[in-house]
Amino acid sequence: MDTYLLGGVYLDKTNPRTARQSAFSRSSHAMPHKQYILEMRGIRKRFGATLALDGVDVRVQSGEVLALVGENGAGKSTLMKVLSGVIQPDAGEMLLAGASYTPRHPHEARTAGVAMVYQELSLAPHLSVAENILLGMEPARWGFLQRTGMHRLASEALVQLGHSDIRPDASVRSLSIAECQLVEIARALAVGCRVLVLDEPTSSLTGSDIERLFELVRRLKKQGNAVIYISHVLEEVKQISDRFIVLRDGKTVGEGRTKSTSAKKIVAMMVGREVDDFYPCSKRKTGDVVLAIQNVAGVIKPVSATFKLHRGEVLGIAGLIGAGRSELMRMIFGLDAVRRGEVRVGTYFGPASPVLRWKQGMGMVSEDRKNEGLAVSLSVSDNLTLSRLDGFGLFGTVLPSRQDQAALTWVQRLNIKLQNLRQAVGSLSGGNQQKVAIARLLHHDVDVFLLDEPTRGIDVGSKAEIYKLIDELASRGKAILLVSSYLPELLGVCDRIAMMRRGELNPARPVRQVNEHTLMMEATGAE
Amino acid sequence: MKMKNALKKLGPLTGLVFVFTLFSILRPETFPTANNIQLMLLQTAVVGIAALGMTIVIISGGIDLSVGSVIALSTVVIALFMNAGASPFVAALGGVAVGALCGALIGAFITRLRLAPFIVTLAMWGALRGAAKGLSDEQVILAPDSWLNRLLNVLTESQQWMLLPPGVWLMVVLALLVGGFLRYTQLGRHIFAVGSNEQTARLCGISVEKTKMSVYILGSSFAALAGVLQFSYLTVGDPTTATGLELDVIAAVVIGGASLAGGEGKVLGSLVGALIMTVVANGSTKMEMPNWVQEIVTGCIIIVAVVLDRYRHRRTE
Repeated sequence: MDTYLLGGVYLDKTNPRTARQSAFSRSSHAMPHKQYILEMRGIRKRFGATLALDGVDVRVQSGEVLALVGENGAGKSTLMKVLSGVIQPDAGEMLLAGASYTPRHPHEARTAGVAMVYQELSLAPHLSVAENILLGMEPARWGFLQRTGMHRLASEALVQLGHSDIRPDASVRSLSIAECQLVEIARALAVGCRVLVLDEPTSSLTGSDIERLFELVRRLKKQGNAVIYISHVLEEVKQISDRFIVLRDGKTVGEGRTKSTSAKKIVAMMVGREVDDFYPCSKRKTGDVVLAIQNVAGVIKPVSATFKLHRGEVLGIAGLIGAGRSELMRMIFGLDAVRRGEVRVGTYFGPASPVLRWKQGMGMVSEDRKNEGLAVSLSVSDNLTLSRLDGFGLFGTVLPSRQDQAALTWVQRLNIKLQNLRQAVGSLSGGNQQKVAIARLLHHDVDVFLLDEPTRGIDVGSKAEIYKLIDELASRGKAILLVSSYLPELLGVCDRIAMMRRGELNPARPVRQVNEHTLMMEATGAE
Repeated sequence: MKMKNALKKLGPLTGLVFVFTLFSILRPETFPTANNIQLMLLQTAVVGIAALGMTIVIISGGIDLSVGSVIALSTVVIALFMNAGASPFVAALGGVAVGALCGALIGAFITRLRLAPFIVTLAMWGALRGAAKGLSDEQVILAPDSWLNRLLNVLTESQQWMLLPPGVWLMVVLALLVGGFLRYTQLGRHIFAVGSNEQTARLCGISVEKTKMSVYILGSSFAALAGVLQFSYLTVGDPTTATGLELDVIAAVVIGGASLAGGEGKVLGSLVGALIMTVVANGSTKMEMPNWVQEIVTGCIIIVAVVLDRYRHRRTE
């Protein structure tokens, strides 16, 4: 059977799907290494009144990792949608390996060799790894699947990634998030991709998984692939990328070599101003114990956790994903069952439920903003006031105008950018959505804040504002329990940090006594 | 912007105006008469009142397939009460109470056993129809004549001061109450929240179980109230009545702009949806079109309504 090499993976030439001519016509001459594999010139895109992209230029070479950074709403995702054929630009041109490239549909982009791995994983959980990898381009004859061929192609793609440990016939449901991401990347490789776009790939990974991803990116780079790496996390950008491009308000506002540019300078380009006091920490006065956890265990995780949280204190819980931090939060808040041990809120201990916890003056921000934190189809007002609707009218009635009034106070205080209070919260940017989720706790006027990854996937400006808010709350005597996978943030905001490892919470230590290195050692158990 | 908002608010209503105008032009002598309008309102009342309950259920993210069976059970129970010597009012109340009980049962199955509403109400669709047949010995139950039989009669000369028949008034008043309930009460807002995102509702300290219980009790109570009107129309208790009516009710709510995914829906929309279906049926009869044409047209309206609704949503976002 005729086969040819495509991005390192042998594909069946007789497969009608891969052999079909795409929007991109392959240039026949051999390409010199230093030529740009992808060029985007003067890309413009307008949505109604807003100019999402205003003449953006992007160039990337084979064997190069280009970081694309910018705040949420800067135009990164629009640009990537243009690149992957989801939307068509109003103006500008794109060249792939020197030939004109105008994808009208994601499938065309994929066959041309431009593959995307999105922030939200897009796998079909009921199908196997092999089926997912080759989804849409299954080797088939007369419409019948060729299972052995499928497995071979899938395992070849996985071997190329250096992950032969993932079985092609495993069900995707049984995989961890990190493994799912590998499957997505394998899916990109199986088509013979030449430009791989990774959109916030580490947002749901931690520690060793991130390191493994970076190894993989380096390997892909060595194999001659161009990688576009989109991220909010500048440490990662510094670590993995060769060059960076900063987008702001749909324009390219800066680019350069990553090595020779400081993170602070990149941030300044992103937000258009210098960010000082990124982690404000004013004088805090520690008061009474408001939450005491004594040797608690959940159904599976956590295994054991003990700590005390005081008024005027920010207690951070660090750890890898899957260590059981979110489970601990959910247990404290009464969302998950407590198997053993005692959770004491103020003087109360006994059965817990979210209804009760809110009444006791405790509120929680969920790590999963879209699926749990917010009802995205409901209005900003509704989301903000949902936990406490009384006081908006007599006898259990709720007057929407009074609801709006209350919401408006917090919208202004937290500088939430929106068109109107009745718009669906899902139409706001990530940072503003998160502010709404936090404002709910402020509206309820709780004393104990459980914040689970409150800055995940939001822009730098909003992050800074949230840090400022946390500091302000703590100095006003509120107690804050903060779970985060981002160590610099914990080190910057917290008074004490406790590390959770495999369901066990280590004793909390003052932030002065720890640093990123010691925490990482503790998290991975390397000590 | 104002135009767009107005269009969004009036969405299904423009559809109603359109079909009404269409038939008025096609049959100017027989269609847009006061009598025919009254008749169409009467024909809408049963589906309309059941649609109020269904609106609540669908907003909460659920579905109720047992509506037709509850209506039949309600007519049977009312007839039994009347024959036992109860006053018409008590008999009607009895019917509604049985409906509420059915709703509590549905709610309990959904919240306690964690079954999907579709499954539970599908089971109740069969079981309650069976219960109605069992209670009535599979026969129509005759009942003594009372004012209960005249809720859906066309008004006589001396009753003109009422403007509309009592059954229609009942529908209008209940619609206002349910609309206000959904918009202006805590439970109403909680129902929207549960339908939009159950996990968020739970996180925000809303008791999802209690909310769902109330939703299904309300839903089945409104179905049973529709049963009171159905009894009034039939003047007997009939265990085989209203077969398949739940689909008309769901269609009315969907035409009215509710989303089967939950979190969205309007009382006015549902009533307008029910009216659109009546107007099409009535108008088609006036046009002497066969029944099968009406059915095809109704099917098309459902598709068009949902597509238009989605289009409107996209435009305003």
